[in-house]
Amino acid sequence: MLSYLVQNVFNALQWGSFYSMIALGYCLVYGVLRLINFAHGDIFMASCYFAFFVIAGITAHFAGITGIPLFVITLVVTMALTALLGVGIERVAYRPLREKGANRLYVVITALMIGFILENGNLALLGASSRRFPDILPKIIWKVGPVTVTNLKLLVIISAFVVFAILQFIVQKTTLGMSMRAISYDKFAIPLMGIPVNTVITFTFALGSALAAIAGILFGMSYPVMDPYMGMIIGWKAFIAAVVGGIGDIRGAFLGGFMLGIIEILVTAFLPSSYKDLISFVILLVILTFKPTGFFGVARSTKI
Amino acid sequence: MTDKSKKFLVPGISAAFMVVIVILAQLDILNNYYQTILMTICINVIMSASLNVVNGYMGEFSCGHGGFMAVGAYVSSMLSLILFCPGNSITGKALLPPESAIFLFPLVIIIGGLASMVVSLLVAIPSFKTRDDYLAIITIAMNFIITTSLNNIKVAGESRGLMGMKSALSRMSDVIDLPWILIWGMIFAAFAILAIHRLMTSTLGKGISAVRYDEISAEIMSVNTNKMKLIAFTFSSGLAGIAGGLFAHMLGFINPASFGIMKSTESLVMVYLGGMGSLSGSVLSAFIFTIMLELLRPAQILKWVIIPLMLILIMQFRPEGIMGQRELPDVFPKLKKLFSVNPDLVRHSAGEGKGGRS
Repeated sequence: MLSYLVQNVFNALQWGSFYSMIALGYCLVYGVLRLINFAHGDIFMASCYFAFFVIAGITAHFAGITGIPLFVITLVVTMALTALLGVGIERVAYRPLREKGANRLYVVITALMIGFILENGNLALLGASSRRFPDILPKIIWKVGPVTVTNLKLLVIISAFVVFAILQFIVQKTTLGMSMRAISYDKFAIPLMGIPVNTVITFTFALGSALAAIAGILFGMSYPVMDPYMGMIIGWKAFIAAVVGGIGDIRGAFLGGFMLGIIEILVTAFLPSSYKDLISFVILLVILTFKPTGFFGVARSTKI
Repeated sequence: MTDKSKKFLVPGISAAFMVVIVILAQLDILNNYYQTILMTICINVIMSASLNVVNGYMGEFSCGHGGFMAVGAYVSSMLSLILFCPGNSITGKALLPPESAIFLFPLVIIIGGLASMVVSLLVAIPSFKTRDDYLAIITIAMNFIITTSLNNIKVAGESRGLMGMKSALSRMSDVIDLPWILIWGMIFAAFAILAIHRLMTSTLGKGISAVRYDEISAEIMSVNTNKMKLIAFTFSSGLAGIAGGLFAHMLGFINPASFGIMKSTESLVMVYLGGMGSLSGSVLSAFIFTIMLELLRPAQILKWVIIPLMLILIMQFRPEGIMGQRELPDVFPKLKKLFSVNPDLVRHSAGEGKGGRS
């Protein structure tokens, strides 16, 4: 019983890491622009496909690269490609709307539409057959008593924490992070202070998409079946997790992602899996009822 | 034209239009395919216009409209199965003689609407304290909760869903041979438009709009904002429930997956395509959206690339939607003679280019 629980805690941490990493991307963009970037889940999906093709390209042309070097190269190239995708979407779809001063909900709808285009464009381009993500790292299994831990599981959990630490450093300690926080604080006074708003926003999108790419590669390695709609539900759920944590604060997104992952895995461990969404969302709603702005959220006062 | 005849002009034209469509359907000039499209338009009109009450007029961001549609669809189809369909999957025999469907069908649909009104309290009450994106999350979570609960309810057929509602309709046609679902679809759509128009031009409606412009000052001006939110949410979900009931009876088959986030997204798209806070805009966009979906059917999966692309382009060139905040009489001033539009309201909406909280 205990070993079953410990095993499930590891699974929960792994599953929660994915939610956390995706939620962090939502949170970054939301923190700066107050834009719910509903395309983020699909950027995550796209990154998984990018990684697939990058790996295929490398193994076809440079057969000597395997194992850890292959993983590192794939990670870097995929992060770059996904960051480009994120920035491109921002430039083509969101920025013109922002400059026209459209209501922010129209930008949200545009984000939804971008998500549709990514999903169905992928489906139209690559066909409906789901692909199998290749194994790139050799699998190592450690047994501690009855509990088994794979190297991949540990890698996922550790990356989530490392990503969070790096992000926390960027947002709290660097000039760029300071400008990001400043834009979310007062977007009208910031250009007057000589801060290049658009550059900061571009960088935010690049950072958020690169995070999604890390999550995408690790997700592909952990659950190797890819399909074009895999990002949609996971994205919506990660967003809910980010809000429960307190969106706009990356600690909140990180915590919320893990919380949702842990609730989901523990529910499936003890109940039929069809209750998973029901119970996890009821718990999240109860939390939001008692803390309407999430764990780390601060209630904004509205000016009259 | 005298004032009195003007008053009856718009309802008269609409009624005549409906009669013409029913006659055309009866003569088989409008075949089943076109009837289904018309029906889908009616359902989409109800969905987008009702969501506009919350998302447009009240300025909240509710993304769980599909969930309320599901409640209405399930409640009304279970009722009609139990009442009118012998050999149904729930009780096995019909409680009432199947011929009574002809009188009780609208009642069944309305009860479905009432049920989703009750469920919408679960969203309306948290909305007193939470707002903006936090409320959006509550609505999304609500949608997930409703569909996954339906997945786990045995009477509702779990993930397989319910079927056999068509037999209630065929019983109705046995008594009097008319395209009943089309008739009721058009009547309910007209009723929804009328109800929303009346609500939004009343004092209550001004209260609801006041919540969007500025919640705190509205409260200072003695608008009971909680009551406004309660009314807007329950009203719009009730209409969504009616749309759900019609949808279930049109298809004759429902399952939880058909009311997921995709359905809610469709309604959202129609609202923002038409323009926030424009009733005629949402009606128009429901027409355009449904017809566009049908026209692009040959493009298969590319359809879902082309439509979002078109929407994005529309957003780029008209960031406020097709109608913005205007109504038809603002665009075609001649129409003003036909409607008894409140002059205050017209000036108000014309002066306001982009409303809503920024």
